[in-house]
Amino acid sequence: MSAVLVLAEATGSGVRKATFELLTAARRLGEPRAVVVGEAADDVVAALGEYGATTVYAVPAPEARQDLSVPTAEAVVEVARRVSPVAVLLGSGPLGKDVAGRVAVRLDSGIITDVVDVGLDGDAVVATQSIESGLFAARTKVLRGPAVLTVRPNSIGAEAASTTTPTVETLDVSFSDVARAAHVDETSPKAGTGRPELTEATVVVAGGRGVGSSDGFTVVEALADALGGAVGASRAATDSGWAPHDLQIGQTGITVAPNLYLAAGISGSIQHRAGMQSSNTIVAVNKDPDAPIFSIADLGVVGDLHSVLPALTDLVRERRQ
Amino acid sequence: MKVAVLVKYVPDPDEPWSFRPDNTLDREAMEGRLSELDEYAVEQAVRLRESGVADEVVHVTVGPAEAAGALRKALAIGGDSAVHVVDDAVHGSDALGTSLVLAEALRRVGADLVLTGMASTDAEMSVLPSMVADRLGVAQATFAGQLDVDGEKVSIRRDTDAASLRVSAALPAVVSVTDQAGEARYPSFRAIMTAKKKPVETLTVADLGVDPSRIGLAAAAVSVLDISPTPPREAGVVVVDDGDGAQRVADFLDSRGFI
Repeated sequence: MSAVLVLAEATGSGVRKATFELLTAARRLGEPRAVVVGEAADDVVAALGEYGATTVYAVPAPEARQDLSVPTAEAVVEVARRVSPVAVLLGSGPLGKDVAGRVAVRLDSGIITDVVDVGLDGDAVVATQSIESGLFAARTKVLRGPAVLTVRPNSIGAEAASTTTPTVETLDVSFSDVARAAHVDETSPKAGTGRPELTEATVVVAGGRGVGSSDGFTVVEALADALGGAVGASRAATDSGWAPHDLQIGQTGITVAPNLYLAAGISGSIQHRAGMQSSNTIVAVNKDPDAPIFSIADLGVVGDLHSVLPALTDLVRERRQ
Repeated sequence: MKVAVLVKYVPDPDEPWSFRPDNTLDREAMEGRLSELDEYAVEQAVRLRESGVADEVVHVTVGPAEAAGALRKALAIGGDSAVHVVDDAVHGSDALGTSLVLAEALRRVGADLVLTGMASTDAEMSVLPSMVADRLGVAQATFAGQLDVDGEKVSIRRDTDAASLRVSAALPAVVSVTDQAGEARYPSFRAIMTAKKKPVETLTVADLGVDPSRIGLAAAAVSVLDISPTPPREAGVVVVDDGDGAQRVADFLDSRGFI
């Protein structure tokens, strides 16, 4: 079976859910093998094994920081040259995109980004993308090189495989001058909120312009907490400073596809919809009966979110008891 | 310091896309404009020019003849000149082909710093900056919400979902700029008029010394098999809140197993 490389990403809390999704996707194409930049800790290796990785390639040189794109790309290229995989799968965040670009150039490979499905057509890798803000699905075949694919989070559900203990191979990579030309000078980790991470949450409650203020966001947060979900925001809300930018859902922010997306005071511009329209169930609350969000909502309520949301939060809490 | 800005002419966001029989976007048939996300990069370049860090700003694009409009818009925001690569041979290029043409155009321009948007608003790949940087053999600092440039290096704020980083890269470098950086100024009428007189150099692929067999649809490493409309979501129910809105939602969520 052909090898499929997966660039594994981990934070302080362990391997990211997106990496498990990559390993699951990789199993559709061949035998998943993970690349870890930095030390491959035992718990990381075990977690990768739970999702089917047969081998973990660890590249531990000091230049090889997980958060620097060029050393990470060079590490992936080195492994790919040794292993000749049929595909290289990466996340669709900034690191995954940066690395994918350089890997595609170095290997002269076809590159397809933000894929929502992968498969084989004979020996060729075929990937599906959702294009023009979800209006069309495009299927694209890779003609040359290992298929370099970045996978959209929450599109291919992570499924555990029969647990294998991966073999760990440590590689020495000599990095180029360009890889050494960038440095991380400071890292400020984002404070945890105790809520699920937006890209991983199964329920998202998002607030928009209708929320009206930072204080107004407390009604959004309270409902999210009652439902056990994550908090999101439209660009209008983050630009106004009512919610931090890393909660922004949309074309220039995060794309989510949770089971439930509740949009409060969000009009539903194309740019916003691009970030959430693949959600399973959509509920919208907005004062404006003509808000475009209602055209994609399964249930829409024309009303004031400042009265609907608190009342809904109370009902949810009651029913959950 | 010479700064180049990569800009893209993209379909107008309000217009539905039309595809050619070869599954490429019919860019000539659609109304287009400067990609909105590129404006942030143009604005940063103009600020560097105004502060004296940059002494020249050149906007660079590859696209059909109509793409000249995107360059004029960029020049209206600011900048000294532009380079427009127009050539039928480019049609249908994938990211490998496009990055090759852009890299050669940039090599000819000879910039110390290349700024780009974080993604185009049509393909939304976000990979061109890294690909161009790799072809030029230079460093990169991407997804910058804020940037500082001195003669030797660029330092950016890069926000990921887990952390906020300060990353610095030695020049020459490619830097992509997000929509968290300052909004582009609205060009005055005078700026628009002045932009019409700024020099725009038009080049073919041969002028760049690019082998035509490495670009275009025939050279692409990917092939679009089909494009099909997504089945539209079934129309949902819209109710007016008469005091029972919350109840309606609670019942709905209950019926779907969310409570």
